[in-house]
Amino acid sequence: MAGRRQNNTDRLEGRQQKVVCEREVEIRNTEGLHMRPAMQFVDVANRFESEISVSSGDNNVDGKSIMQMSMLAAVCGTKLKIRAEGIDAQRAVEALKELVEDKHFDEPLPDKKKR
Amino acid sequence: MKLADFVCFEATIPELKSDYRDGVIAELVTALDKAGKLGRGNREDVIKAVVKREKEASTGMGKGVALPHVKHHAVKDVVAAVGQSSMGIDFVALDKQPVYSVILLISPADSPDRHLQAMESIFKHLQKEKFRKFLRQSQNAEQIEDLLREADENPSL
Repeated sequence: MAGRRQNNTDRLEGRQQKVVCEREVEIRNTEGLHMRPAMQFVDVANRFESEISVSSGDNNVDGKSIMQMSMLAAVCGTKLKIRAEGIDAQRAVEALKELVEDKHFDEPLPDKKKR
Repeated sequence: MKLADFVCFEATIPELKSDYRDGVIAELVTALDKAGKLGRGNREDVIKAVVKREKEASTGMGKGVALPHVKHHAVKDVVAAVGQSSMGIDFVALDKQPVYSVILLISPADSPDRHLQAMESIFKHLQKEKFRKFLRQSQNAEQIEDLLREADENPSL
């Protein structure tokens, strides 16, 4: 009995390890996702084990590749979908959301008068 | 945006003379200047600005390519120049490997969206191994222009 319960727990944990987490974020800094922010994004993404992809609708790219991230051409106001898959998917998506939306890559936001 | 919309083919350097980052940047900026793309008297300042930007974070992003760039009032729209080196350049690249293809991009100070579109256009092609290989195999400015124009017309290249 005890052995079987152990097996069940193992299986459950095995299943819980693979998590998929998705979230839409908006590019808020004026200059958009140019190379420096893209590098920051890739740096944060690479701290996690999960596979991370980013979609702009037209393009779906590897969130850990600087070349692919630079291809998104996400201007200010663009909405991107971040998708992480792996044991730390939730934390990865949270960290990336914080970088993009809360910290806006430590860059200026648009002038409110203009937008 | 297409490559041919902003790459200045007159400024192509099929065999760069320098084998170090700042020398290559100076060569490409000078080529753009000679092609009349930088207005009067901006050459030195543009070189300084590109080198300064490069020191903040390398644009040698691996796989033998580098994309030095800066925003500068010398240009009214994005303009780029392509340089090739067969011997390889020490560009302080992220993967610490030599760089063989350099695309210098100068963008106006006030249109971040155009800058991003040009970047997209460049990386769309540069991330493809076949394109990088063909670029490295190009022998002269004409072949580089043909390759870029073909890449514009044929996205599968």
